[in-house]
Amino acid sequence: MSLLWLRFALGCYFIGLVYAFVALSRTSDLFARIALHAASLGMVFHFVSLVEVFLSGQFVWASVHNGESLLAFISMTFFMVIYAIYKTTSPGVVVFPVVFFLTFVAAVDQQPVLLTALVQRRGWLIAHIILIFTGYAALVLSFGASLLYLLQERRLKAKKPSSLTSFLPPLETIDQIGYRSLLLGFPFMTLGLLTGSVVALTTYGRVNFLDPKILLSVLMWAVYMIMVFTRWNSGWRGRRAAILASFAFVAALAAWAANYFSTMHRFAS
Amino acid sequence: MRFQLIGVNHKSAPLEVRERLAISESRLPDTCRDLTAYPGIEEAMVISTCNRVEVIAHTVNGHADLRGFLHEHFHLKPEELDPHLYELREKDAVRHVFRVASSLDSMVVGEAQILGQVKEAYATARAVGAVRGQLDQLFSRAFAVAKRVRTETAVGSSSVSIASVAVELAKKIFGSLHGKNVFIVGAGKMSELAARHLMAHGCASIFVANRTYERAIGLAQKFDGQAIKFEDLYATCDRADIVITSTGAPHAIFRREHGEQFLARRKNRPMFFIDIAVPRDVSPEMAKLDGIFTYDIDDLQQAVSSHVADRRKEAELAEAIIASEVERFEARLSTLDVVPTIVSLQDHLETIRQAEIDRVRGRLGQMTPEQEIAVEALTRGIINKVMHTPITTLKSAAKEPEATTVVDVVRRLFNLQVKGKDGAAQSAAKKDEVGTRS
Repeated sequence: MSLLWLRFALGCYFIGLVYAFVALSRTSDLFARIALHAASLGMVFHFVSLVEVFLSGQFVWASVHNGESLLAFISMTFFMVIYAIYKTTSPGVVVFPVVFFLTFVAAVDQQPVLLTALVQRRGWLIAHIILIFTGYAALVLSFGASLLYLLQERRLKAKKPSSLTSFLPPLETIDQIGYRSLLLGFPFMTLGLLTGSVVALTTYGRVNFLDPKILLSVLMWAVYMIMVFTRWNSGWRGRRAAILASFAFVAALAAWAANYFSTMHRFAS
Repeated sequence: MRFQLIGVNHKSAPLEVRERLAISESRLPDTCRDLTAYPGIEEAMVISTCNRVEVIAHTVNGHADLRGFLHEHFHLKPEELDPHLYELREKDAVRHVFRVASSLDSMVVGEAQILGQVKEAYATARAVGAVRGQLDQLFSRAFAVAKRVRTETAVGSSSVSIASVAVELAKKIFGSLHGKNVFIVGAGKMSELAARHLMAHGCASIFVANRTYERAIGLAQKFDGQAIKFEDLYATCDRADIVITSTGAPHAIFRREHGEQFLARRKNRPMFFIDIAVPRDVSPEMAKLDGIFTYDIDDLQQAVSSHVADRRKEAELAEAIIASEVERFEARLSTLDVVPTIVSLQDHLETIRQAEIDRVRGRLGQMTPEQEIAVEALTRGIINKVMHTPITTLKSAAKEPEATTVVDVVRRLFNLQVKGKDGAAQSAAKKDEVGTRS
């Protein structure tokens, strides 16, 4: 049943996806509003789907697909919070495709896979998942903002008349969205990794830093930290910040993909 | 009408070319003198603003080598300059002058500043004696036309000034302008206007630097801001988010290394440079830096082009006014052409002579051929003698500004009705009179 709701959500997010592509070429307030309403409706379906999963009695949070679904939902929540503060739908250009992709994969079929050997410290595990996913969502948003910043910077530099009418919010607003997401995401990511370590320690008695999942997660965290530091210390923006954010994003994707190679952090089938 | 006009403007030439042709205020009188000393030129003046450099001349035969003058004066090769030049004669030149003064040829159609600039150029040329009769007439009319366009159309009322476009762009960079600082470099009217707009949109404080420190203090006081010594410019400039620069410096005063310093001190927070100086104050190299946004006068034009369409309708109305004014001016100028008046005077006196001879002939009866010849010679001689002074006066007056008055006096004295072109001129003159009275 939860899959059905998720598929409804996917349909709504599809409108957001179309908006993301259209917005790049032209501005349409009407379409932005439609996309926003569709996304809100999608979130309602999505929420129902997640609640059903939770109420199903089984502990299936740690399945790959449910994880992806949760991540998509948190990303959308971030998007809505930003909309509430800045009244801009433009981060959707990045957020909508990511959310659509995650939801699409999660909605294809039911895959009741569980993390292995996780019978103890269930609370820590839930904390780990939520914290790390919030960190991921913040990272996605920060990455999106850095791309939009780059785009807006280019537009303003190209000095086309359209730069006055572009769909993008002011440069400084994009910058704030990116920076605040970064600042917010970092503690979540850090705490997420720490709780993960606690779970690993209690389960295996040690943390193997050569495990691909651990290695890539630490790398991602390091890039994240460099981003926060360079921004705080030298105010890195624009191209340099975008390169770092892309790097962090790739590291995050790699860390996610490492689930399939890791011996410690592996979803069992 | 032997008007000739040559020049470049924001449409015909890029900023790089206009920069090389720009004539500073201090050099303007000399340029006017040089022009009038140039072969074939009777009167001349130069309009040099950030968007145009134009030479307008009244020439001896309508074919003065103005191109040659520009090449010589600016030491430019024909291939460098000629592709950007436009050259207009007679009626077309008059139309262009009217359009410029009425701000129809401006980068921002309808902006009021151009009229002031043309008036200043006119005053400068007049002060050195480069503008006397014909150009005087042309520009007096141009100012009247500009006034008419402004009052009868809405071209100027919704003018999107450079200043408001600058505000829009600043908002695209900074979002809200609250708490942002503005730095004015070079205390000009235009920068003052832009600063006023920015302050009205919430900018917090203003700094002013000018080569003449007293002027900086004067302008800073207007905004309750802070005057900065010009030598401290680079040390303090990074305190501003928005820099409006319009110095008369011949070279860029903000170079790449300055931009890098500013950004380092600002922790890469962006800076917006509004460079309304020609030649430009911000080097293109500095403008390439990440975090530095520079809009020069041409870029601002691009930004306002979208607004221009809104006023197209009003501009069409203004163009119609200009067209009728050109016709009127042409007709009016032809009143200065004394030949029709002389011919008419001769005709008039000849008619009187013939009538008198006929009357005498009736009284005296048939005259012998010898008598006929003698009477003919006598009357013709008297007429020629009487006409000599008025004709000489008319011919010499034609070159003077008071020609209209002299022609008018002669016509009234002899009650002359001039046909053809002059007839049109009279009706135009009459219309003018009516206009003045109302």
